Amino acid sequence: MPVRPTDIKDPEYFHKVVDCQYACPAHTPVPEYIRLIAAGRYTDAYMINWQSNVFPGILGRTCDRPCEPACRRDRVEDEPVAICRLKRVAADNKGSIVDRLPEIPARKNGKRIALIGAGPASLTVARDLAPLGYSIDIFDNQFAGGGMMRSQIPAFRLPESVLNEEVDYILERGVNATFDIEVDSLRSILDQDYDAVFVGTGAPRGKGLNLPGLEDAMDNVYLGIDWLSSVAFEHTHSIGKRVLVLGGGNTAMDCCRTSKRLGGEDVRVVVRSPFEDMKASPWEKEDAMHEGIPIYNNHVPREFVVEDGRLKGMHFEKVEAIYDEDGKRSLVPTGEDLVFMEADDVLMAIGQENAFPWIERDLGIEFDKWDMPVIDEVTFQSTNEKVFFGGDAAFGPENVITAVAHGHQAAVSIDLFCRGEDVRDRPAPHVTLVSQKMGVHEWSYDNAVADDERYIVPLAPLEESLANRKMEVELGFDRDTGFKEAERCLNCDVQTVFDEVRCIECDACVDICPTDCITFTLNGQEDELRTRLSAPAGNLAQDLYVSNDLPTARVMVKDENVCLHCGLCAERCPTTAWDMQKFLYNVSKAGQAA
Amino acid sequence: MSYQIPRFRHPELPVNDLGYTKADYEGSISTLCAGCGHDSISGAIVNACHEMSIEPHKIAKLSGIGCSSKSPTYFLGNSHGFNSVHGRMPSVVTGAAMANRELLYLGVSGDGDTASIGMGQFAHVARRNLNMVYIVMNNGCYGLTKGQDSATADEGSASKKGDPNPFSSIDLCGTALQMGATFVARSFSGDKRQLVPLIKAAISHRGFALIDIISPCVTFNNNAGSTKSYEFVREHAEATGTIDFVPLSKEITTDYEAGTVHEVTMHNGSTIHLYKVDENHDPFDRRSALNTMEEYRANDTILTGLIYIDEDSRDLHDVLQTSQRPLNQLDETDLCPGNKMLENINASLR
Repeated sequence: MPVRPTDIKDPEYFHKVVDCQYACPAHTPVPEYIRLIAAGRYTDAYMINWQSNVFPGILGRTCDRPCEPACRRDRVEDEPVAICRLKRVAADNKGSIVDRLPEIPARKNGKRIALIGAGPASLTVARDLAPLGYSIDIFDNQFAGGGMMRSQIPAFRLPESVLNEEVDYILERGVNATFDIEVDSLRSILDQDYDAVFVGTGAPRGKGLNLPGLEDAMDNVYLGIDWLSSVAFEHTHSIGKRVLVLGGGNTAMDCCRTSKRLGGEDVRVVVRSPFEDMKASPWEKEDAMHEGIPIYNNHVPREFVVEDGRLKGMHFEKVEAIYDEDGKRSLVPTGEDLVFMEADDVLMAIGQENAFPWIERDLGIEFDKWDMPVIDEVTFQSTNEKVFFGGDAAFGPENVITAVAHGHQAAVSIDLFCRGEDVRDRPAPHVTLVSQKMGVHEWSYDNAVADDERYIVPLAPLEESLANRKMEVELGFDRDTGFKEAERCLNCDVQTVFDEVRCIECDACVDICPTDCITFTLNGQEDELRTRLSAPAGNLAQDLYVSNDLPTARVMVKDENVCLHCGLCAERCPTTAWDMQKFLYNVSKAGQAA
Repeated sequence: MSYQIPRFRHPELPVNDLGYTKADYEGSISTLCAGCGHDSISGAIVNACHEMSIEPHKIAKLSGIGCSSKSPTYFLGNSHGFNSVHGRMPSVVTGAAMANRELLYLGVSGDGDTASIGMGQFAHVARRNLNMVYIVMNNGCYGLTKGQDSATADEGSASKKGDPNPFSSIDLCGTALQMGATFVARSFSGDKRQLVPLIKAAISHRGFALIDIISPCVTFNNNAGSTKSYEFVREHAEATGTIDFVPLSKEITTDYEAGTVHEVTMHNGSTIHLYKVDENHDPFDRRSALNTMEEYRANDTILTGLIYIDEDSRDLHDVLQTSQRPLNQLDETDLCPGNKMLENINASLR
């Protein structure tokens, strides 16, 4: 079976070519805002982000950046575009956006929505629904909005002013928020006759390790996320000189770096797994090590050592990771003596989980065998049609950008539900595809490919930042560097669009393509066809763009994998069979059906 | 706006025996018109030289004047180059070859540079069987001066703004055969599958190897009524057969029926496999080659592929017994062998 001609009318085809946008849970149109940053239009760039991911300034500092490993630049060079930090450039340099925020209608639509928790998921729901006239009540047990962004992300990574600004864009605009209130019964909320309820309470329960000696050591052993929020809320101001942080995720990195700022001198991260397998993002590990924090890998905690009723340290067993044929890992003890590490305090950051003790089990919300609510992965609706979940509360701990994506979809569902429509009838994305041709060799985007390597974000002096818990470590790109980094973007959203009717098969595009993406050949089965292309086409995650049959009975095949979107195929095409067309894809938000 | 090609290449480009990728055989970005057939020929030369693992510094590319003769800038950027006077490329190659027979001489010319102003030089370099590859990028018009008919424009063919050509055309393959060329082929810029093996075979041939490549001029001669347009050539071309090039070091594998394959061992030890289509055509016989060409011409068909090859070609170096070593490697003792030698020579003349 020959490969079927590519249907470029299917928005998902070109969407997938924009690797960064496709990888982003919220599908933010990344190249579009990067071009605006390069043009110095920071406010416009910010607003594209704000529409899509709600918290550009926050995410520009703290995002897990699933976009960056996906970046095409990573495949043609060594390093992806610093997408996350460019987002921050837009946020840092923008002007006032108040006049660009959506109008909140004075006359409400009569529907009342309750949001439990004021984290990123709930705030996104509020932001999407308030302009549609919904009356929104938010309840949260913290003193201000932001959820884990406030309680768990340390101020040296996310200044409070940035957090407040972006949270307030939502809370100060037609949303009724109640803080410092612990919702301990969902029934009590449902009894208030809300039209819909959204649960965005995160994954608030830190996991602990019940090891020998814990009972006696209890006074000096803390759960990581609880300890971080205690620091954030100014209940905790110091920690012992010797600190052991157990765990290898981003929370562990935040714990160790915070400890270093609260008096910890010998702060160590101890993790069971090999260094490479740690859950923390590579850059967060780097940041921790840069601050002089060693990471001990392959050490499994075995017991707390307590003397005279006081914690003295911990014993660890050394292991090595053995991988079987399926890549499944087992940690096998090396047989060496237990390793003793001294400690005044121990922070356990080995994971967190959802917990819903406050949801009565007779409300029509089905819970599965792990005692987690059953949630529809598309609509975010529970088995009680009025109750929706999102963020970490839906499917367990993820990250801020995922919570935002959930919030958008839950808002779409709530809006459909309140209007009596089918929540499964999802709105199509907003898509445009427009030629960028301005002249023979001229495009309305900067198609020259910059050779520059990734720019490094400057940091505050180490000594100063370690002395002040609230001092932001990263300084962010200045405008000049932001421009240069933005120029590294390959504009993957400017698509190579092929029109076989115009093609005279002169091979000009094949000859000019710097990365040998294009081949004219007979059609065939995809795996066999891939072996006949101009250059190796082994990246199966990347599609082949296949045309209809041409007069010579061949087809045009383009391997999307390492296309630089430089437009040379279109410049060298004598008949404009190739054109560079900007593909803009926006996920439909509540009330914005295409 | 970009007149420069990005630096990045496909990260998994295959490397040849020398450790070079195709990119190491590229030249500057072309300034020819978009869609020019010459760019495809440049691409085919890059592919052939890369796949044959020829050291770039062992190649000299020489050309005359014209669109065709600009194109050596666009390939083999690490090789020697000489852009000569209009129609005089053969003389310059002859001089260079006499001085150093170790280089691969790649002459690039056009229909004007060869069939008009350079006709005399072309005839004589073929006659002398100079060891070189002579590529004609043949578009039937003077593209660089707004597309006037050239000497290879077919009678009756019309370019974009022109009347049908009233003159008989020069068939360069026929002329070369008449003049004694020992390797004659015709191809089409839009058919790399045929062109790349032909270039490899021409490179491997010892003696004068002509490839007349029809290369449409998209700007002035790619219209209805032209016999050198992409469409016309595709519809009217017929190959003598297919050709495979097998380098010396590779194992020969073929799935063709026995008897249909001619195996030709080239001077450099490589092999070409010829799979003939037309039974009446014998590429080893000059008369048969000439007859076949005329027959196809009478039927308005363009014969492509390897038309003639003389396996026992004696090139100009053999005939003149030129120095094996390049002149620049001869030192004073070689050039002034001393009084004794002079006496011997004088004695032999007495």
